[in-house]
Amino acid sequence: MFDIQFENVCVTFGETEALKNINLHLEGGKIYGLIGRNGAGKTTLLSLLASYREPDSGKITVNGQKPFENPEIMPEITFIYEKDYSDESEKVKGLLDAAERYRPRFDRKYAEELLTRFGIPLDKPAKSLSKGKKAALNVTLGLANRTEVTIFDEAYLGMDAPTREIFYRALMEDYTDHPRTFILSTHLVSEMDYLFEEVVILHKGQILLKEPVEELLEQARAVTGTREKVNEFISDMKVLETQELGGVKRAVMYGKLSEEKMKKAEQLELEFETISLQDLFIHLTSEANPDA
Amino acid sequence: MKRKLDDSKPLFLQIKDRIEDQIVNRQLKEHEQIPSTTQLVNFYKVNHLTVAKGVNLLVEEGIVYKKRGVGMFVAEGAREKLLKQRRERFVDEYVVPLVEEAGKLGISDEEIFQLIKEIKGSEKDV
Repeated sequence: MFDIQFENVCVTFGETEALKNINLHLEGGKIYGLIGRNGAGKTTLLSLLASYREPDSGKITVNGQKPFENPEIMPEITFIYEKDYSDESEKVKGLLDAAERYRPRFDRKYAEELLTRFGIPLDKPAKSLSKGKKAALNVTLGLANRTEVTIFDEAYLGMDAPTREIFYRALMEDYTDHPRTFILSTHLVSEMDYLFEEVVILHKGQILLKEPVEELLEQARAVTGTREKVNEFISDMKVLETQELGGVKRAVMYGKLSEEKMKKAEQLELEFETISLQDLFIHLTSEANPDA
Repeated sequence: MKRKLDDSKPLFLQIKDRIEDQIVNRQLKEHEQIPSTTQLVNFYKVNHLTVAKGVNLLVEEGIVYKKRGVGMFVAEGAREKLLKQRRERFVDEYVVPLVEEAGKLGISDEEIFQLIKEIKGSEKDV
């Protein structure tokens, strides 16, 4: 298993700081969700990991080594993004041949099985496939590479809902049979959140948080009750959003609740609800949130 | 089988409940293999760590047992064990709240019995 470490990593494009002092440790063998709003720096972060570029300052190590132009590391990292196959006259079969040559662990049989599940013929040129089929071919190569680190950056773009479902299932099955590190960067948080063990939220070029999803969601909840009672309860809590309807108030909070606080909630007759990762993400990265 | 889980209790306990239901309803019999973690993840759309937590509780309680490299299986006597647990919980979870609520609403014992009879009667008609 390959550990990934970012230390004080910065990337600047002209005047824009795309990544500001990133410190991040990703333990090998887990499925990470990387989420962030448009322009948060997700693809920049991932392209560093895939050695498409070097950081302007700071250090990245994969399995203890610098990945950039490193022949021991690079074949073990797969970066799948929305790829343009419009000039690819090579047949699907030929692309499998190429992957087999370059990727030490490429599983040809598995790739062909997956292509069947996606309904992609081997003897067609890649450029003649529909947009959704191209994306499916792309994720097939990503899964069948079986590399230590596999990155899917919005790799589902163009796939319809049933095709995405095949992808999620295949990902989960293959992860169970061959545990390794996956990084899933996505906008479809609500659709994919159950796949994530840990989530990394990137916001404005910085790491907002990195936590196991379950622990994160345990700390997020909405509380509803009469306005005065809710106000009393949330006075010492980190509040992400409030809504009022008549005399009823609902507040989304983030933070651990002490036992004392739980008792208080019972006394005040407040109701709790859990919050989805998608909602929490929206609240944490909203412009209205002063800490965001 | 209900697919949607709610937020009334922790997800891992709901996963555990669903498997227990299948054992109680005889959909899963003794020494039969229960669905794999991956199957449960794909069905309920719940993270594999959460699923594993629920299944591990079933192992701890002796409801299912693990065969290395093969999967999880329903233990002998699992159904009887679950039925016994549920009978014990029946009083706390159903009878006590029923009696308490009936007290608040001023419903007499006679009326409660009558209601139960009516419900049972209407079930027979279905």
